[in-house]
Amino acid sequence: MHSFGYRLNGLLTFSLTILTIMCAIASLSDNLNTPSPSAEIQIININRFQKQPQGNDEVSLTMNISADLQSLFTWNTKQLFIFVAAEYETPKNSLNQVSLWDAIIIAKEHAKFWIHTSNKYRFVDQGNNLRGKEFNLTLHWHVMPKTGKMFADKIVLTGYSFPEEYR
Amino acid sequence: MGWIGETVDSVKSIQMRQLLTQAVSLGMIVTSALIIWKGLMCITGSESPVVVVLSGSMEPAFKRGDILFLHMSKDPIRAGEIVVFNIDGREIPIVHRVIKVHERQDTGEVDVLTKGDNNYGDDRLLYAQGQLYLQRHHIMGRAVGFLPYVGWVTIIMTEKPIIKYILIGALGLLVITSKD
Repeated sequence: MHSFGYRLNGLLTFSLTILTIMCAIASLSDNLNTPSPSAEIQIININRFQKQPQGNDEVSLTMNISADLQSLFTWNTKQLFIFVAAEYETPKNSLNQVSLWDAIIIAKEHAKFWIHTSNKYRFVDQGNNLRGKEFNLTLHWHVMPKTGKMFADKIVLTGYSFPEEYR
Repeated sequence: MGWIGETVDSVKSIQMRQLLTQAVSLGMIVTSALIIWKGLMCITGSESPVVVVLSGSMEPAFKRGDILFLHMSKDPIRAGEIVVFNIDGREIPIVHRVIKVHERQDTGEVDVLTKGDNNYGDDRLLYAQGQLYLQRHHIMGRAVGFLPYVGWVTIIMTEKPIIKYILIGALGLLVITSKD
């Protein structure tokens, strides 16, 4: 009953249980945080708007993205993954979401930022439906914790549209 | 000769009962582990409710050796979700993020493109020959939570099977030789 084996077994089980409970409590503490993020995206220029040889529209654009996401950070946050996606509807597809740019924010100080960038990933439609189309730009964020449950949310910015003609 | 026979009989009978008890308790342990695993599969709706991260393609969020908890609901798949999927013909599941979604008006079926956070390009290189998008049936679940470092046990046991055999052998020995 008091051999080395039993003591080791008891110690390991107890410490594993305590570790698991601590991880769960750390994750639960994230729910106490009430975030208040804000963001703004301006499209500075549509650089290219062409139809590819395969028949799909492709767009290249430059944007100014400014955001304040500092309130999303808690002590249990490892990083914030953010990305900007264009969302629009076409006759064939009820929803299209195309990710244009993403970033990883590791420190709270960097969560308030302003960036001037062109789209990191190619904006290619499934088809050629983009002329004159209205679309939304959404800034999504994904809070990745040190341990536990991940949270994701977004801000939707409306009112953007493509030009009527290719250029 | 009589007492030899008696001793042998008594020894055999004790061994038999102890052996049977220990076999039953070992069986109970294995079955309860299986019950928990299958129960988790039912609750999370995913074939594989827990996966181990095997590559560094999602760093710094997920490092090799972390484990992910998966959940699969009927909710539509949206950009930004971290999904675990299987490519036809490949056994190892991949954990990457959805960057492009095309959802059909009529059927609600969806074409999905994924990319690892730490990779330069999207996953088209990983998909099967000629495959441009993933469909819902490729996706095993969404990652909803994670625990760091715990998956190293599985990685070590898979890459160095010797350790797996040693561990099982030692466990078996412990169960058999324990005096309770």
